[in-house]
Amino acid sequence: MAKKEYAFYPGCSSQLRGSASNYLVSVNTMCEKLDVKLTPIPDWNCCGASISYAAAGELTRHVMTARNFALAEQHLPGQDIVATCAACWLGGRETKDKLDASSQMMADTNEALKEAGLHYKAEAQMRHMVEVLVEDIGYEEMKKPMVKSLEGAKIAGYVGCQTNRPFGIAGESFENPLYLDKLVETMGGEALTKYEQKVTCCGGSLAFSEPAKSQKQIRDIVESAYDHGAEMIVTPCPLCQANVEIYQSEINRKQGTKLAMPVVYYSQLMAVAYGGNAKQAGLDGQVIPSKKLDEIAAKVVPVATK
Amino acid sequence: MGNMTELNEQALAKYRNSFLHEVEERVEEGDWVKMCMQCGVCAGSCTFGPHWEHSPQKIFMMIRAGKREEVLRSDSMWMCTSCYNCVVRCPRKLPITQIMHGLAQYAHRLGVAPKMQPTRDLSLIFWNNCIKTGRVNELRFTLSLYFKDGLMAGIRQALSMQSIALALLMAKRLNPLEFFKGHECKDKAGIHRMLKKAQEIESRRQGAHK
Ligand code: SF4
Ligand code: SF4
Repeated sequence: MAKKEYAFYPGCSSQLRGSASNYLVSVNTMCEKLDVKLTPIPDWNCCGASISYAAAGELTRHVMTARNFALAEQHLPGQDIVATCAACWLGGRETKDKLDASSQMMADTNEALKEAGLHYKAEAQMRHMVEVLVEDIGYEEMKKPMVKSLEGAKIAGYVGCQTNRPFGIAGESFENPLYLDKLVETMGGEALTKYEQKVTCCGGSLAFSEPAKSQKQIRDIVESAYDHGAEMIVTPCPLCQANVEIYQSEINRKQGTKLAMPVVYYSQLMAVAYGGNAKQAGLDGQVIPSKKLDEIAAKVVPVATK
Repeated sequence: MGNMTELNEQALAKYRNSFLHEVEERVEEGDWVKMCMQCGVCAGSCTFGPHWEHSPQKIFMMIRAGKREEVLRSDSMWMCTSCYNCVVRCPRKLPITQIMHGLAQYAHRLGVAPKMQPTRDLSLIFWNNCIKTGRVNELRFTLSLYFKDGLMAGIRQALSMQSIALALLMAKRLNPLEFFKGHECKDKAGIHRMLKKAQEIESRRQGAHK
């Protein structure tokens, strides 16, 4: 039996051939090595993300999320729900807080859920994968499956917004959270602790609707990583990852820059340190490949002889 | 759009003397607005700061001053990136992000939001995409966005983003077959019934404040 079990909420971007499908691949590799079992919530639906506010009212948005909660309670009772996407996690936390605080909102939500044959009991907890790592597993335990070090690779920890605000990881400051740097160091990389863009917003969904304004943010985030000598940026958020990686070529084309900074997930760093190959670490999903990580992943680990 | 304008006029008639009261009753988290002490911290927090004609601080002031048209027709709330900088810094703990979203939605509901606002379009397209099958179809979502302003604009936009789409395709992070059949929930019918009910309850509750 696995050491720890969770009800898993993958979110839309993680689906097969979705924009964050490589995130999921690396999370699976990482969790297997940590003996963590993730069971996807059966028939989960989209959380609505932060951007659906114009079209959907408050209750409607909470109902969408509560359906996932109710399904988790029904099929995976007693397990915390874990999300890998910052926006899914944040939306879930907001819904939970709101429904816990308002009995009317709760009653209305259940009235709507009844139409889908479901009932939300307000038992399930919503967690982010990073919380599972930091709080349930801990840095010392995270070291155990390591078979390689990241060899002092210089890594800028880009935390972004929604994993950090308004909830964040318990005990961390909003303006200078340290867990990502600690994680990098735990895996044997060099954390660029003075990277000042670590909590800057990449524009989020507005990268689609306000591309010029968002690309200014992205350019700052990437250029500062270069200034600090980073070999790659690491992030816990799929939207940050996609925005910061994908739009670099667009910025180059429009502004004549030569940006080509790899942007990876924390789970990819861990999958590599745990001995995963490029495919198992989702490195084949990079639009801007990280030469350094590819090299480390390709190294064969000597089999212990004793 | 007729009934939306009507909605606007009804609201206008009922709350003629107090936009603050209207916001308190009809905008998500609107009852927090009066708690603002005008310290100005949020005004320096927005990601697209220089592009906000009115900062959140100023919007709260304008609401109290009864500047209804200027607030609801403003482009400002649509600049919110949901970065939550303001929320964690506000000394009074106002849920500023939600109020900005709430104001934007209210303006949209009344039919007075600025036309062709790209973030509003994005929000509508995203939501429609997501509720159709219960899950977002990233390819169709992207295409609808490109083509929202018509065929030619769409082709131009798609061409300018072509290298990005190709790179994602090669990295297996975009699926061309999603155009025909994407990921979807099994209980689509249940989801649709559930959402219909939610909207019904929501308009009932909003109606109570008409
Ligand atoms: S930070 Fe809070 S109290 Fe200060 S102006 Fe903004 S909303 Fe008002
Ligand atoms: S969440 Fe919105 S209102 Fe708050 S600081 Fe960010 S952009 Fe401004």
